[in-house]
Amino acid sequence: MAHRSEIRFVLNGRDVSINDVGASQTLLDYLRLERRLTGTKEGCAEGDCGACTVLVGRLTYTGLTYAPVNACIRFLASVDGCHVVTVEYLSGPDGRLHPVQQAMIDHHGSQCGFCTPGFVMSLYALWMETPEPSEAQVETALQGNLCRCTGYEPIIRAAVAVSRYGSPASDHLNTERATVTTHLQALQDGKRVVSGPQNNLSILPADVDDFAECLLSHPDATIVAGATDVGLWVTKFLRSIGPAIFIGHLNDLKQVETQGNDLLIGAGASYTDCQDALSRHLPHLSAYWDRIAGWQVRNMGTVGGNIANGSPIGDTPPVLIALGAEITLRRGADRRTLPLEAFFVDYGKQDRQSGEFVETIRIPLPEPNQHHAAYKISKRRDEDISSVAVGINVSVTDGVITTCRLAFGGMAATPKRAAAAEQALVGQIWSEAAFDQAAAALPQDFSPLSDWRASSDYRMLSAQNLLRRFFLEHDAATAAPIQLASA
Amino acid sequence: MKDNVSVQGTAHSDRIHDSAIKHVTGRADYTDDIALPTGALHAYLGVSDVAHATLKSIDLSAVRAAPGVVGVLTAEDVPGVNDISPTGLNDEPVFPTDKIQFHGQPLFAVIAETRDAARRAAERAQIDCDVLPHALDPIAAQEAGYPYVTKPLKLERGDIAPAFKTAPNRIKGRMSVGGQDHMYLEGHIAFAIPGEDDDVVVHCSTQHPSEAQHMVAHVLGVPSNAVVVNVRRMGGGFGGKESQMNLFCAVAAIAAKKWNRAVKIRPDRDQDMTATGKRHDFVIDYDVAFDEVGRIQALDGSFAARCGFSADLSGPVTDRALFHADNAYFYPNVRLTSHPMKTNTVSNTAFRGFGGPQGVIAAERIIEEIAYATGQDPLDVRKANFYGGEGRDLTPYHQTVEDNILDRLVSELEDSAEYRQRRQEIIAFNADSPVLKKGIALTPVKFGISFTATWYNQAGALVHIYNDGSIHLNHGGTEMGQGLNTKVAQIVAEAFQVDIDRIKITKTTTEKVPNTSATAASSGTDLNGMAALDAVRQIQARLVDFAVETWGVAPDEVVFRANEVHAGAQVFPFDAFIKQAYLARIQLSAAGFYKTPKIHWDRDKGQGRPFYYFSYGAACSEVMIDTLTGEYRVERTDLLHDVGRSLNPALDKGQVEGAFVQGMGWLTTEELWWDDTGRLRTHAPSTYKIPLASDRPRIFNVNLADWSENRELTIKRSKAVGEPPFMLGISVFEALSMAVASVAGYTTCPRLDAPATPERVLMAVTRLRDGG
Repeated sequence: MAHRSEIRFVLNGRDVSINDVGASQTLLDYLRLERRLTGTKEGCAEGDCGACTVLVGRLTYTGLTYAPVNACIRFLASVDGCHVVTVEYLSGPDGRLHPVQQAMIDHHGSQCGFCTPGFVMSLYALWMETPEPSEAQVETALQGNLCRCTGYEPIIRAAVAVSRYGSPASDHLNTERATVTTHLQALQDGKRVVSGPQNNLSILPADVDDFAECLLSHPDATIVAGATDVGLWVTKFLRSIGPAIFIGHLNDLKQVETQGNDLLIGAGASYTDCQDALSRHLPHLSAYWDRIAGWQVRNMGTVGGNIANGSPIGDTPPVLIALGAEITLRRGADRRTLPLEAFFVDYGKQDRQSGEFVETIRIPLPEPNQHHAAYKISKRRDEDISSVAVGINVSVTDGVITTCRLAFGGMAATPKRAAAAEQALVGQIWSEAAFDQAAAALPQDFSPLSDWRASSDYRMLSAQNLLRRFFLEHDAATAAPIQLASA
Repeated sequence: MKDNVSVQGTAHSDRIHDSAIKHVTGRADYTDDIALPTGALHAYLGVSDVAHATLKSIDLSAVRAAPGVVGVLTAEDVPGVNDISPTGLNDEPVFPTDKIQFHGQPLFAVIAETRDAARRAAERAQIDCDVLPHALDPIAAQEAGYPYVTKPLKLERGDIAPAFKTAPNRIKGRMSVGGQDHMYLEGHIAFAIPGEDDDVVVHCSTQHPSEAQHMVAHVLGVPSNAVVVNVRRMGGGFGGKESQMNLFCAVAAIAAKKWNRAVKIRPDRDQDMTATGKRHDFVIDYDVAFDEVGRIQALDGSFAARCGFSADLSGPVTDRALFHADNAYFYPNVRLTSHPMKTNTVSNTAFRGFGGPQGVIAAERIIEEIAYATGQDPLDVRKANFYGGEGRDLTPYHQTVEDNILDRLVSELEDSAEYRQRRQEIIAFNADSPVLKKGIALTPVKFGISFTATWYNQAGALVHIYNDGSIHLNHGGTEMGQGLNTKVAQIVAEAFQVDIDRIKITKTTTEKVPNTSATAASSGTDLNGMAALDAVRQIQARLVDFAVETWGVAPDEVVFRANEVHAGAQVFPFDAFIKQAYLARIQLSAAGFYKTPKIHWDRDKGQGRPFYYFSYGAACSEVMIDTLTGEYRVERTDLLHDVGRSLNPALDKGQVEGAFVQGMGWLTTEELWWDDTGRLRTHAPSTYKIPLASDRPRIFNVNLADWSENRELTIKRSKAVGEPPFMLGISVFEALSMAVASVAGYTTCPRLDAPATPERVLMAVTRLRDGG
């Protein structure tokens, strides 16, 4: 495999080629310290405030796609082959204010101004995707942007008004689309990239097969997909991640497609990449999916990473386990498949061998007699880590519960099925009493922890009540609405 | 203002923030954006990992040996006095010498070639200490016999003992109110550049440049005239940068002088949140006596605060809690005491409202208690207790409430929000909805305006007109997003009758205006606007004299109007007129000054007039809770707020909206959580949850009481706006309380502490259902 040692990308319309890009170097530090593009701010360095939002355009199967991401936890090496757009590029060559900028000014959308460039970038991405958004769409787009001054109201007003100031068709990211595409295609040389000093090596495999090979030769490497967790190891814990194998650019790891009665998700598919297919095939996950982190993180973070990382509070494992998902692990050319719940062995321990990686997730699509739900409890509704997450899958035939899968996050050291509660339900008549019994059995399954997100008592009580919510929500006799409307 | 049609940006107009274009283009420079001089170094703090200990030794040899490290600073390296206590109590060292007093306390600084190198090196220290037992909250501190960090306050009027004996009803209760992190988007930062002699220039993000200047001089052991502190803008302050920047300024300045190189210090978000102070948590005990209709006869209130290891601003903060424990209500007999407890936590500090919100929420909780006890709509109990009427206008601190507008303001909001009708609809909804429950509350706020430290109520400004007619405006206030610079420029534009674009707003610097007060207590525009106007008036007086002398007109024939100056029949463009004045050797520069009249305060007696005037407002919020999980949404909020005659309604509305949402965050999702070791575990936005766009009310109607004018001669009859609307967020808390109370038929006032997280809401629901 031919190698290349420099990272090449386009920054605000201009070519950049850098040698020696270490694995832990962040895009934000590069922009601010080396390029003095100081419009992009560091607010938290953990992908939670959005002050560092930039757009990253990359070539996907459907063409050049721009998405807002957090530059603070985005590694520089991972923008190889991309077009990075910062707030400085917005006003365009003639220097006139961008429609998003003018709308923000006219609606008094900034006070201290520190978060503003980040908001502008998120709204810019929204306007290009949805020029006339509803308030709800604006709120979803802004889940990853914190403002402490305005209370958001003027920003929302600005966001829904942007299209009155101009159309995305004439925006220079669109008018230059063909040129930039050609440019980025030229950067795709099919080579493996190996950059940075030996103790902080960045490796970008050429494709999935090359990834498998790289991992065999560097079995201890940190695998970095979206960097939404690994980024924090560096920015907050000053951990060394080299050698790191970056896989966020591998389009052949991003497929999201149906195969027979299954939905197949490549481990490198971002949350955003999955959204359309989920709405179509697993509609009960649609609103839940919008509550995973903020838009920027959903554009970077991957389902595969959320699984492989093994966190007991990841949002996707409980709902995927409930659906009966399987994952395929690959080592070199060898593959093995196991039920997702079997992957989580213990706290911080997963069934992943040295040199092995999660390649695909296979989700059986729901059958007509199944009732599904996905619930998440968190201190703040959006962009928060769950206190409790649950996926529920109950099959009912002739009024009797025949099978069920109840999988919880936040209740144990791993995402875990509630065996006793499941047992309490199976064979029972669909009834409130059956779910009360399941709730009563839940303490046999879990002894949750107390921490800053929730107390043990609250976790247990709300988990039990979520079973009751499930019953009420799916029972024909329920008249009054029982769940708060989503944004 | 008919005269103003052709003048842009004068007072009382919706002018955009002066930096708005720079904000949206990313061209507004914050301290971290300033280009560094050659050879600049970076500092980072090394902190303790225990909450309370006797410090035996700090071994920094591994730190010194780390790659890129230039040196370290400990207490021994402080050339002047090792103290940065803002009130001069000498209880807050830059770095401690013998005691560790909270988890995360800065113990030393490391100076390195890069910030990354400094951060990594700081983790290598070996700290030897004997761990001592710690007390984290005010109750634990009281039980452990911890002292006060500063002198407590007692406010007393009337005689509570007989009232408690005779009153038909009496309720005792306790409420815990959590603190709050400022979570300004720009964290702390200071950047010092050494100069000749003792000189040092510090660029930083402080609300109080003069104090930072004095502290830097104090720790360097040099006179204040050697130190310049500059602030162009802050990325948010909210009180968190009033005194807390002193540490960072001191470290940067000491290092800059020691190595004769520029030094920047910027903690990461976790260190910013663990090593700097927050809003005070309070535990409030109340004992209230009231009659059959819910009118309060006597109140005994005790306010214990988590102050942290040192006094910082805890004295005036806990004082202000007592000053606002009446909120809008007359207490015929009252005793209020503060207990500013020392705790083994970071030293708490100023935060929007400065203790006032904790006082106001106590008053509102007491009203709610009475409402449930007497079976009334809480709004009726509120109204029954409002200040007003014969002999019902004296506060617990013996200031007469002279400007009360709450009767009208609350009635207007009650009507426009359709409070009564919606409350009935909500009660009906709840009867038919087993899982989801709604609540509604209408709460008022009355907030006293002035620093209670009377000497702080002064300000200076400096105005130059250059001979091309351009105007340079400088004043002692700092810009943290509130639009102070815009408002002051509007005042100057109005006075000179020139377009605001002619006025250049410049950074705040201790070189131009000395001995300034913190931009705090909502006072920025009141004080600095008046000082700027004074400077303008001085220049104008000279210009009028000049015109009178030159063109032989009467003084009243010299008129500034629409970018022109009229001298009788002669009309000059403003810049042409200025040119002539310059040629005639007229001084075109003036220093303005202002001090707030009428105020006085005798703390020992607990009597005086600490406040020049009061600001008023009211909020009506409706919420829906999920009684299975405790989750909730704010369905609708209506605000009506009094800013007197608004200098800039657009900016004022922005302050009201933003303050409301911040206040709502304080009482809902923003939770500070310490573990058993005394370590704060909610120390970044990943764990500390401020409101998001989707948390704001689904329907949000915000209005200014446009009929209000300040009775006092404030700047253009406007009123302060920064802090008062923060307390409008209390309406959300009380609405949540009503929704909870619905599960027990509204017969019991729920035990609900703040913040009312989904967990607290669910637990309150469960307690009520279980009959507790």
